[in-house]
Amino acid sequence: MKYIYELHKIMLSKKLILVYEGEFTQENTKVVLSMAENNMEKIGEENNIKRKVFNVMVECLQNICKHADEYKKVVTEEVEDHPAIFMIGKGDDGYVVASGNAMLSDKVEALKDKLHHINSLDKEGLKIFYKEIITKGSMNERGGAGLGLIDMARKSGQKLEFDFEKIDTKYSFFSLQTKISNIPQTTQN
Amino acid sequence: MNVIRLESSEDTPKIILDAANNLFEISGRSIPEDSAAFYKPILEWIDSYATKPNAKTNFVFNLEYFNTSSSKLILDILTKLEALHQRNHDMLITWCYREDDEDMQDAGEEYSELVQIPFELRVIS
Repeated sequence: MKYIYELHKIMLSKKLILVYEGEFTQENTKVVLSMAENNMEKIGEENNIKRKVFNVMVECLQNICKHADEYKKVVTEEVEDHPAIFMIGKGDDGYVVASGNAMLSDKVEALKDKLHHINSLDKEGLKIFYKEIITKGSMNERGGAGLGLIDMARKSGQKLEFDFEKIDTKYSFFSLQTKISNIPQTTQN
Repeated sequence: MNVIRLESSEDTPKIILDAANNLFEISGRSIPEDSAAFYKPILEWIDSYATKPNAKTNFVFNLEYFNTSSSKLILDILTKLEALHQRNHDMLITWCYREDDEDMQDAGEEYSELVQIPFELRVIS
């Protein structure tokens, strides 16, 4: 029974206001978005912050829908289960949108490179990169445009924080965290 | 030409494509997971319209949010409209944004840089 209290304490210490663990589909992500949106409305959050948080959430959730699927197929064949996790935290200086999901370990390096590249770019660099992908890239079979991570970096104005942990010989756990500050940003280069 | 009139939903925008009444509008939220499927009939409608367009076309975007999947399809729409404009068709894109929505303003500016069509950025209250 202690685990209930332990989990509650962890959530409070990390200032988490919403945590969802399980299967990610378009339908249940709409529920999560709706809950988060209502929460921000109720506390009278500023429009600009609400929009940024919402945008980052949409991209984060839809990334899981698109990419966790691939691993589910391989995973269920081996009779294992790797659901994903999504959470939002709210502190005095802003929001944190975070997610975690299993992925094939051999895809880790490519994703790491992409994240490092995005983090190396300034505001102008991100704009150029975004324009490059949107004009030259094509939609993948899951309806993704390859722009989600770039958009999260642009909307938040912050570096994407990430981590990879090995689950077993085949899979790794990818954690992603984006901070959205509610302190007015001075013009960044 | 047939009319496309779709009410908005939790994750798809309102669409009005009505050549007879000179109304071309996409408004609300566009966050479907599979935007290609949603926007396919709209792209097909534009192809059909382009064969017999009105004297002029003012296409209005009045979006609250759009996901990156939609952003690609919005560019596809604009690219088709650009092709029509390049055949000497009188075209204007009106991109609406709320006064405090810098991201939507930036998005409009970026699209105007990506396609060669007259763009009007309009602030709405």
